[in-house]
Amino acid sequence: MTMEVLQPGLLSLIQDGGRLGKHRIGLTNGGPLDPEAFFYCNRLLGNPEGTTVIEASFGGLQLRSQLDTFICVTGATMPLAINGKEQPLWEVLPVAAGDTISLDFAKQGCRTYLGVADGFNIEPSFGSTATVTRENIGGLNGEKLAPGNLLPCKQVTERKRCYLPADHRPHYQDMVTLRVIPGYQQHSFNRLQQRRFFSHAYTVSDRCDRMGYRLEGPAISCDIEGILSEGICFGAIQVPADGQPIVLLNDRQTIGGYPKIGSALSLDAGHLAQLRPGGTVHFAPISLHGAHNALHLADSFMRRQPLMERRV
Amino acid sequence: MELHFAGENALMLYFGTETSARVSARVQAATTAIEKTLGEDLIDLVPSYASLLIIYNAMVTDHLSISHRVRSAVASLESGSNQGGQEIVLPVYYNPEVGEDLESLANSTGMSCDEVIDIHSSGEYRVYAIGFAPGFAYLGQVDERIAAPRLTTPRQKVPRGAVAIADRQTAVYPAQSPGGWNLIGRCPTRMFDPDATPTMPVAVGDRVRFKPVSRDEFLSLGGEL
Repeated sequence: MTMEVLQPGLLSLIQDGGRLGKHRIGLTNGGPLDPEAFFYCNRLLGNPEGTTVIEASFGGLQLRSQLDTFICVTGATMPLAINGKEQPLWEVLPVAAGDTISLDFAKQGCRTYLGVADGFNIEPSFGSTATVTRENIGGLNGEKLAPGNLLPCKQVTERKRCYLPADHRPHYQDMVTLRVIPGYQQHSFNRLQQRRFFSHAYTVSDRCDRMGYRLEGPAISCDIEGILSEGICFGAIQVPADGQPIVLLNDRQTIGGYPKIGSALSLDAGHLAQLRPGGTVHFAPISLHGAHNALHLADSFMRRQPLMERRV
Repeated sequence: MELHFAGENALMLYFGTETSARVSARVQAATTAIEKTLGEDLIDLVPSYASLLIIYNAMVTDHLSISHRVRSAVASLESGSNQGGQEIVLPVYYNPEVGEDLESLANSTGMSCDEVIDIHSSGEYRVYAIGFAPGFAYLGQVDERIAAPRLTTPRQKVPRGAVAIADRQTAVYPAQSPGGWNLIGRCPTRMFDPDATPTMPVAVGDRVRFKPVSRDEFLSLGGEL
């Protein structure tokens, strides 16, 4: 039993919670760029956390179901249609064998998660189904989805028709404030450079992808050109010689030698990844203590947020 | 040892600022100790030349607790304990046929190709870091006489198994990829094989030697031209 990919759109990838604990052999994390939308996709479907879904970037994905099941689409506002009839996002919907599911191009945001009841049944590699095309690992043969791909999943006849009320859904805008934990290699950037970084708007450049978002704005100069290559954590903000910051995301290289001015809070990096080229980014400092609290608060909120159920 | 907070769930430990076997041995010893101490609270570790990035689960612990535990784990390490790692010998077919930069590297150093090969294959290299791509091991230090800067224009395609030099580092490309290092030969041993156990023949802290082999031996060991 499968779903067939009719059209993959610009970039559709199999993703789960990501590949953890494999940096020592050079493997990056992969996983959903917007963990919040990914989390709700599975929570609404009643799937275990981290269940395998499709991450569709920008849109244009079209599937044909070969079985009866339930789907849920969360994230960027890509118009969803089943057999040409428009359907809501953030809601569990039934599909029948033969139905065509299509996601048009995103109106706001750019990453959308399409999940099915009980998830897509993909063989994990190195403990995860997350596709990292740069490494040629995960998903189906390490590649993005292509027409004709068959995605195994289960026939499911009963599932609660949960939805997230409109007021509780994230709103994707063209501007994001990234909270940044400073202090990391901060000594290499003088006070003026730090002030410049935190007080100006930056623009998302064309060079933004799953590895990282390169921004454009007032150049930040650093007292050192490079450092001995070292591990790079998620959200690290590198400043290469041209002074234009790069926020490193899920598919980043695991080590590198550019100085870093700080590290973005993951909650905000998820919203950054919903920006397209031309989007605006502001940076605001946050203490580690504040970051820790913010993570716990957001986690608790996402888990406890009451879901509504559609009666049919 | 210096400890820094690197992000919402990451700590960075520095053991020095230079590339040396002594510093690398401390990184390696700390990696083992911290893995044991942090257990389930640990998500990942990235050992490198002189540093160790520690990524922990911020949902079950916090930066204060982790930094305390890391400090005590590292404090109890004997200074200068030189854990050697394994010794691994990698066969290499050194020839301009597969090492496109061998002749130009020899010319620029004023030596013959054979001398460059002799120097490269007589050294013992330490695995300082793994990164850049799956299975890409940074080996050092290359003898200064054959150290060569990266190419000004990187190649679009460097084949799997390419043995290369950049500055005082050397590496075997684990898969075909773009690359700007100077190619001097090719190794038939797979540096990264998702289906093999272990996936990689080397780990950080291991010592690597290169053994020159003929074209025929290279091919019989599974090498591809």
